[in-house]
Formats: sequence, structure tokens, C-alpha cells
Amino acid sequence: MHPVTNVHYMVLSVALLLVGTIGVLTRRNIVIILMSIELILNAVNINLVAFSHHFGDVHGQVFAIFVIAVAAAETTVALGILIALFRNKETVLADEVDLLKW
Amino acid sequence: MVDTLSFYIFALMALGGGVMTITRRNAVHSALWLIVSLLGAAGLFLLRGAEFLFAAQIVLYIGGVVLLILYVVMLVNLDETARARQFNKQWWIALACVAVVGAEIAFVMKRGLGALALPGVAAVAPTGEGNTERVADVLFSEYMLPFEIASLLLLVAVVGAVVMAKKRV
Repeated sequence: MHPVTNVHYMVLSVALLLVGTIGVLTRRNIVIILMSIELILNAVNINLVAFSHHFGDVHGQVFAIFVIAVAAAETTVALGILIALFRNKETVLADEVDLLKW
Repeated sequence: MVDTLSFYIFALMALGGGVMTITRRNAVHSALWLIVSLLGAAGLFLLRGAEFLFAAQIVLYIGGVVLLILYVVMLVNLDETARARQFNKQWWIALACVAVVGAEIAFVMKRGLGALALPGVAAVAPTGEGNTERVADVLFSEYMLPFEIASLLLLVAVVGAVVMAKKRV
């Protein structure tokens, strides 16, 4: 078997990013769209950690910590909005939320 | 050898879990597969020597974010949603766009592969400090201001989430 290089990690990261993007663009359930966003952010984190190891300093890992913190904040607010939305519209399907459509 | 094998196992967990997450009908199943995917990513962090991030990933993501999502799934009635159509009508446009982006990234990576194989930087002498110590050193010296701003952001997010989810503001 070949030793694992940075390119392996990059390919994995790109694949995970694309899977997450497909989830965001095609699913109707807002909860699952949020999970797909987590997948995308995780792909970014894998890339950051791989390059941090590659260059032998920890700045990439510090960045990944910030990504995790911002992802947590984003999910919290999004789920709050989702609960408010469900109370008013009784739906969690993204394409049924069309209050601003004329 | 062990390294290579565990890389492929964790990569399979991350990727397979991700694919299952976006294809399940039931949101609870999706959340459980998301845990598998996040665990795979955590294992990859461990393989690349990021022990602190490994712990943070498990505690914050799996213990915090996924749990929060599961709570909301319980609060919101998803039975009707599980019976409805799962993918929107523009799914084929979305897949085409993603394919184009994927081809673009693959092209760029293939062209830039020579520049990626940077020689010799990775072999850094171990300083005797652990990974957590090094991360903390950088985080609390160079990234002090962003760290404080992140804490403020989390505070704003908590207050915002409470205000959003309240019955009457």
C-alpha cells in the first residue's frame, strides 16, 4: 500500500465537500440541510488539519477551532429560527417557505 | 501500514456517513449517520496529530451540535415531512452544478499537484510540548483578539437563539 500523503486528505476533503453541497442543494428538509452544512465545514477542517501537519505548525488547527466555534453558533441560531418557523408555518420544508414570493 | 489502513477506515466512515446523512428519509437516522461521519473526521484528526481537535470534535460536534439537532428534531413534528417528497424539483440542476464544481477542483488539483508536494517542511523536530500546549500557545498569543471575538459571537448566538425560539418577544 502507498503511504498516505496530503493529496489523499485533499481528495477526501473535496469529496466530503461535494457530498455536503449536494445535500444543501437537493434536500427539502431544513434540518438535513443544516447537517449538510456541518459536513461541508468538516471537510474544510480536515483540509486545515492536513495542511497544518504538512507544514508542521499549528496555525491550521487554531483556524479549525474557530471554524468549529462559528459552526456551533450558526447551528444554534439556525435551529432557533427553525423552531420559530415551525410555530408560524407548520412546515420544515425549505421550498414551502415562500412568504416573500409574490 | 497501520496508518494507511486506519486512514482508509476513517475516510470510509467520514464519506459513507456523509452520503447516508444526505440520503436518509428520517431526520433522526440522518443525525446518527452524521455522528459516524464526524467520528471518522475525528479519527483523521488523530492520524494527523491534532489530538486537541480530536477531543474538541467529539465533545463539541458530537456532544453539542448533533445533540442540539436531535433535540430540535424531537421538538418539531417531522412525521409528515418524512412522508413527503425528500428532494426538491431542481435536484438535477444541483447535481450538474456540483459535477461542474467537482471537475473544476479536480482540474486545478491535477495541474497544481507539483506545487502541492512541497519538500521537507513536514519534518519538524518534536519540541517536547504536546499538541494541546502548542495550540494553546498560538491561540492565546497570536489569535487573542479573534478568540475574544469568537466568545462574543457565541454569546450573541445564545441570546439570539433564545429570542428566536421564544413564544412572545
